[in-house]
Amino acid sequence: MSATITIAAMQPLPVRRGGLVIAAAAVFLVAALLASLAIGPVYIAPGRVVGTLIDALAGARPSEGTGMRDAVVVLDIRLPRTVLAMLVGGGLAVAGAVLQGVFRNPLADPGLVGVSPGAALAAVLWIIFGSAAAGYLPGSVAAFGLPLAAFAGGLVTTVLLYRIATREGRTSVAMLLFAGIALGAMAAAGTGLAVFVASDQQLREFTFWTLGSLGGASWQKIAAAAPFILLLIVGSRWLARGLDALALGEAEAFHVGVNTELLKRVAIVLVAAGVGASVAVSGVIGFIGLVVPHLLRLSAGPSHARLLVGCALLGGALLIASDIVARTIVSPAELPLGVVTAILGTPYFLYLVQRNRAVLGG
Amino acid sequence: MYAARAIRYEVRGRAILDGVDLRLTPGKIVAVVGPNGAGKSTLLKIMAGERRATGGNVLLDDRDLTEWKPADLARRRAVLPQSIEVVFPFLVSEVVALGSSQRVPRSEAAALVSRALSAVDLADFGRRVYGTLSGGEQQRVQFARVLVQAWSGEGAYLLLDEPNASLDLSHQLLILRLARTHAESGGGVLMVLHDLNLAAMVADELIALKDGCRIAAGPPEHVITDQLIAALYGVHASVRGVPDGPFILPQTARLPA
Repeated sequence: MSATITIAAMQPLPVRRGGLVIAAAAVFLVAALLASLAIGPVYIAPGRVVGTLIDALAGARPSEGTGMRDAVVVLDIRLPRTVLAMLVGGGLAVAGAVLQGVFRNPLADPGLVGVSPGAALAAVLWIIFGSAAAGYLPGSVAAFGLPLAAFAGGLVTTVLLYRIATREGRTSVAMLLFAGIALGAMAAAGTGLAVFVASDQQLREFTFWTLGSLGGASWQKIAAAAPFILLLIVGSRWLARGLDALALGEAEAFHVGVNTELLKRVAIVLVAAGVGASVAVSGVIGFIGLVVPHLLRLSAGPSHARLLVGCALLGGALLIASDIVARTIVSPAELPLGVVTAILGTPYFLYLVQRNRAVLGG
Repeated sequence: MYAARAIRYEVRGRAILDGVDLRLTPGKIVAVVGPNGAGKSTLLKIMAGERRATGGNVLLDDRDLTEWKPADLARRRAVLPQSIEVVFPFLVSEVVALGSSQRVPRSEAAALVSRALSAVDLADFGRRVYGTLSGGEQQRVQFARVLVQAWSGEGAYLLLDEPNASLDLSHQLLILRLARTHAESGGGVLMVLHDLNLAAMVADELIALKDGCRIAAGPPEHVITDQLIAALYGVHASVRGVPDGPFILPQTARLPA
């Protein structure tokens, strides 16, 4: 207990300009969107990107010359990928913030604590066995089969994690991380086994599921994943006060009128939905859910009403930026996206672990 | 009316509380005293609805506590636990504002927060990070949160678990005075206290717990006797009286040989 107080005491004095931080995140998101549409094997100046977008919104699409080429590159190739990056990044950051609120710990990242690997395993199993089952399911369920399966996988992992790491409303940091690592490793092993046993046509390569990629982005994928991710981003809005109160402790949150059991259940379902859908379309991408909430807590404060909005914006911006790096730095090849986010995130993770030394018993 | 009847609480077959009665009424302060491990905090947690008794029941406004929704309960009672760690660097004003319900408009809530912080002598602390404060300051911040919750409720009861455990003398008196003010404005108060003299000074009714049983209850001048102190703590001390009530001087005490 005293250890946690020490950590809090080490926080620098706050310069809280919440509104400004949110505005900055929004500007960063717009800049990243434009950059992502402009940058690639063919560079298209931002002015022309904007022009192409405006034309497309007006329903006009040039059928010849550079205008046509711009339209193909911007609208058909880069836009789906960029929109998917925005959704997945925003979703993962919000999922991280919500998980951290529920577990009352800043180290809970969906990738680190096994939620994403669990979702990936379920997604892989669906691809192998689900297509057979899909024939017996109603069409609407079959269309969302992959994200639904990943959602179920994420849900099972999160519930298991909660059961293991929490006793009488208190979550042990060490148990959370150890159980998360174990669950994640188990799920990744299962995924590896499934991928190598299955025929190549059924699955993309193992690295997609372990390190993620937005390479296969399409409007169909966006349509399949967006409802789940938006459910998390929009739905978490109503968890804000409860998560704030939970920072005082489980009993204390109940004292001020929060139905803590309901709050935790809804939070876990929303996180599983958002993370599951993200994993289904882009594989396991780590550290976004760790870095983004923490940066925002430092700059805008920990109050969840603001934090969650900031996460949606900054998470989207950061994953778009990471994807630009992933697809250009070794061009014409592509780096797995998770490699870029890990380069970004692991030093941060070490820094957080170091600051939590007392709690972790180091 | 807020009453616990024949409360029994068992953990793995061991009774922490055994047949305890407790009744809170508007305008009155009830103090629970007793040695460490007597079950005082457990009794408060059961009154708060945080733990469920394994026997007996708690009624609030003629309804069993287990039937209350958390949000409704929060408007009728506010709880100060012993010590609170807050994860994440929340500001003092944000912690105190958690006491106000969502029914209270934001501007009104802000006014309540600054009023409560002034009341606990922390008027300028709103923008500080909670985790950077001393133990005593944190305790007063939590008390301010409880006040805001009581003020935004409807004739709320206060349940206070050692509200002055880490406070200096002047702030101990301040907190007791605030509890008294709350009672005088028509609220009921339950507090767990360690200091018998403070309990005798502030309480309208004292309840003495030992080994989970209520061994004495009533007005302080009737309850606090040499025999009770011997029975509770195994300490032999002489109770003296002043016009305001009984007191004990630890200097007169002899520990059991």
